[in-house]
Amino acid sequence: MTPRALVGVVVLLAAAALLPFALSDYRVFQLTLVLVYATALLGLNMLTGYNGQISLGHGAFYAIGAYCAAILMDKWGVPYWATLPVAGAVCLLAGFLFGLPALRLEGLYLALATFALGISLPQLLKYHLIESWTGGVQGITILKPDPPALLTDAGLPLNPDRWLYFFTLAVTIVMFALARNLLRGRIGRAMVAIRDNPVAAQAMGVNNALYKSLTFGVSAMYTGVAGALGAIAVQFVAPDSFGIFLSLAFLIGIVVGGLASISGALYGALFIQFVPNVADSVSKAAPWAIFGILIIAFVYLMPAGVAGVVRLARARIMREESQSETGGAKQPGTPKEVVQ
Amino acid sequence: MSEAIVHQVFAGLATGGIYASLALALVMIYQATHLVNFAQGEMAMFCTYIGWSLLQTGLGYWPAFLLTVAVGFVLGVLIERIVIRPIERTSVLSVVVVFIGLLAILNSVAGWIFTYTIKPFPSPFPESLANPLMSPHELGSILVTLVMLALLYLFFRFTPLGLAMRAAAQNPESSRLVGIRVGWMLALGWGLASAIGAVAGMMVAPVVYLDPNMMGGILLYAFAAALLGGIDNPLGAVLGGFIMGVLENLLGAFVIGNDLKLAVALVLIVGVLLVRPSGLFGTVHVSRV
Amino acid sequence: MKRRLVPIAALLAAALTSPAALAQKKYDPGASDTEIKIGNTNPYSGPASAYGTIGKTIAAYFKMVNDHGGIKGRKINFISYDDGYSPPKTVEMARKLVEQDQVLFLFQPLGTPSNSAIHKYMNAKKVPQLFVATGASKWNDPKHFPWTMGWQPNYHTEGEIYAHDILQTKPNAKIGVLYQNDDFGKDLLQGLKDGLGAKAKTMIVKEVSYEVTDPTVDSQIVQLQASGADVFVDITTPKAAAQAIRKVYDIGWKPVHYLNNVGASIGSVLKPAGFDKSVGVITTQYYKDYSDKQWANDPAMKKFEEFMKQYYPEGNLADGSNMYGYSVARTLEVVLRQAGDNLTRANIMKQAASLKNVTIDTLLPGIRINTSATDFAPIESVQLSRFNGQQYELFGKVIGK
Repeated sequence: MTPRALVGVVVLLAAAALLPFALSDYRVFQLTLVLVYATALLGLNMLTGYNGQISLGHGAFYAIGAYCAAILMDKWGVPYWATLPVAGAVCLLAGFLFGLPALRLEGLYLALATFALGISLPQLLKYHLIESWTGGVQGITILKPDPPALLTDAGLPLNPDRWLYFFTLAVTIVMFALARNLLRGRIGRAMVAIRDNPVAAQAMGVNNALYKSLTFGVSAMYTGVAGALGAIAVQFVAPDSFGIFLSLAFLIGIVVGGLASISGALYGALFIQFVPNVADSVSKAAPWAIFGILIIAFVYLMPAGVAGVVRLARARIMREESQSETGGAKQPGTPKEVVQ
Repeated sequence: MSEAIVHQVFAGLATGGIYASLALALVMIYQATHLVNFAQGEMAMFCTYIGWSLLQTGLGYWPAFLLTVAVGFVLGVLIERIVIRPIERTSVLSVVVVFIGLLAILNSVAGWIFTYTIKPFPSPFPESLANPLMSPHELGSILVTLVMLALLYLFFRFTPLGLAMRAAAQNPESSRLVGIRVGWMLALGWGLASAIGAVAGMMVAPVVYLDPNMMGGILLYAFAAALLGGIDNPLGAVLGGFIMGVLENLLGAFVIGNDLKLAVALVLIVGVLLVRPSGLFGTVHVSRV
Repeated sequence: MKRRLVPIAALLAAALTSPAALAQKKYDPGASDTEIKIGNTNPYSGPASAYGTIGKTIAAYFKMVNDHGGIKGRKINFISYDDGYSPPKTVEMARKLVEQDQVLFLFQPLGTPSNSAIHKYMNAKKVPQLFVATGASKWNDPKHFPWTMGWQPNYHTEGEIYAHDILQTKPNAKIGVLYQNDDFGKDLLQGLKDGLGAKAKTMIVKEVSYEVTDPTVDSQIVQLQASGADVFVDITTPKAAAQAIRKVYDIGWKPVHYLNNVGASIGSVLKPAGFDKSVGVITTQYYKDYSDKQWANDPAMKKFEEFMKQYYPEGNLADGSNMYGYSVARTLEVVLRQAGDNLTRANIMKQAASLKNVTIDTLLPGIRINTSATDFAPIESVQLSRFNGQQYELFGKVIGK
């Protein structure tokens, strides 16, 4: 990373760390949800943006992660932090298993298969045979974790909302860092190669089948961990929380945020968290209409997503700076990496 | 027991007819643009509301019907020109997201203008043919769907315009070179798909009652049916619709119960797709390396 | 010295308990001399948006109250947010209302999962979750959740009432049930089973579910007919209810048809289904149906009509949800007026729990609203009625408290 970018990230992290002390608990809760959605969107972006496999049903993995956390905490008293690895592992497996047969399906047909997953999961969650586990239509309520006594005793002004925010922030940073390493390295290049030209990739020695299934698994794992965090934040899971619109919202999020972009996940999360509220404040009569108009507007104005616009802006700033440095002589811009 | 099965099969054919008619609209839009329009159901619903409004003014059924189909056609063309044209060149996913936005807008606006109270929609088919297995309307709408299918087949196969449309969708560059106005072919495709959707909506509404959320569940089944039958094959889509209807009913009544019939039906369809990735009757694409 | 203190103490005591002191205003966040802030969540978007009209009716009603001077000079500031029937969104909006907008209390949040999601939160924060818009039986639990109260007769009780009627009129009935596969449907079904008691297993010959997203329930009706049932308990929402009524008629099945209250509106269900096909349908009612001719000249109905025409003209008069919203808003008005100048959250709950034989003119005659410290179910009485092709004929006595 360039020194400038490093400084940028440090500033961002510092702001993220200080924000909860300046905002009300309600805002902290909203920001926690933004972080949760960002991790979920990163998962979907890996699969759809970087690897080209369309998923219209990622809400299902989010739901599986959420229910893992809820069932573990409610039925077996597992501490909240321990539910994350379990949710991740379960979803990794589920994603991989789903990805294997999905290898045979392309484009639209894969979209249908994932759509089917997204639609059926709430039905499955309501099924009476597993009701004693899932709570059926009534769902499961869980308690919000308290900040560890060690820190509150030390005098830090932490309450459950702030603690959960920091916990989520820590997990999100780790997940994003891991993803960045993955996507910038060999594996990331292989994924993009498969997306752009599967035949050439195979010819170059990339094991398409293995990478595609693994990508599905990892992508599901990310979204599953996000789901677990989301369940802990909201303190409630029910089949109604995970309808097909959640999956569609995730898709909207990665497109508006920016496909094949890590920062895009964050922009997309901000969009799907706050824009529906904006739509609601504009019109009570037809809030969805406003939401739809805003979605279309974002796609028009920023076809490469918010991340794409940011990238262009940064490129322009860099170009202007290098021009002024060399006294106005035109220099070709430095090529930017495809993978951000 | 066998009587119950027969009954369920007929009920399944009736609902299958509903799925088939919307699936036909989906196939139409796919053939013209190689995109699946998620907003197709809401467009059909909106046109049906326009039809309903026309009927409220006292217009007769058939004049209102024809006028609605015409309005549907115009609506499709307008949407293509105004909403889709600017973002056609961006990625497929962006277009899909725009479709979702369109879906949200149409649904919300319909609810706002017409409220959510269900409205009955008249049927042009005489009640005198009533029998316990299938209502006259359900029979009639299956007939209408088959007629539309036949007309579409004839149009694409035997008219120059149909040929031009197929060419424009398959190979826009070459089509331009031979003088086909690709842009207008796309608009025409959208218009036709929307018109088919309007007919589908007016056939569906008397059965399920008209309300803004009328097409939500149907779109899902129609999507699955179209892919099951082969997204580029109108006959396949219609057959897929009937198969879906009957399958769903039989599963729900005799196999797995209504709780899971949707999940199981979808799993079965995905299973079929794994074996035949282009659908039951779709053309298999072989790309030479 | 002591002799002097006593009279002074007595004077002080008298002064402190005098009417002037008692009438001191007490406010919690959201209440002031000029306004009462009330929060609400409703599904204005998404698959359940049909119910969003309730929020709109309530908002319109409070606007009317404000136009007529408000509550003792205070204007009602009704803040309603869209939750799209998604529990995480409900949690977010409830927190916004309580922590950011600082409302005095939450009124009529809609939906069982939505209210379940905020149940613990509201009670932990000690903010009233008043007259929730769901008929689940779990809102009547003052011991564990003293800040939550329902309003409408609950679904479980409704199911029990149908069970009792069946046992009385047709003890050897074979019952077929169609129910919506969610909390509402399952709650009512459970009530039916509990009401039938030991005979439930033998009397219920078939139960089939449907999803709200199912295009039709025709297949389910065919299944029920095939089971040989001669009593049909129909637990559906308006669209499926209309489809069910019509299909039952079309296939020539003639069971005794019990139709649940939510799906029994004349204007939004029976009319589209066809009055001729709906003859004989039995339901329980607690509020007057606008499309029912017997109330055509009822002064309460005329007031409702004027209100809708003036304050919510785009609302559909025939939609039972609007009559529901109007009635519950008027119930809240009673509570607010009873609270007077003591607008603390505790007092709002106390007043809501002190309703004695309150009548609302849009509820059926004979229905009374009663609450107490141990009874957080305001409306517990309903009456059975049968549709005769033109209107609902009430029969039997008012059932319940």
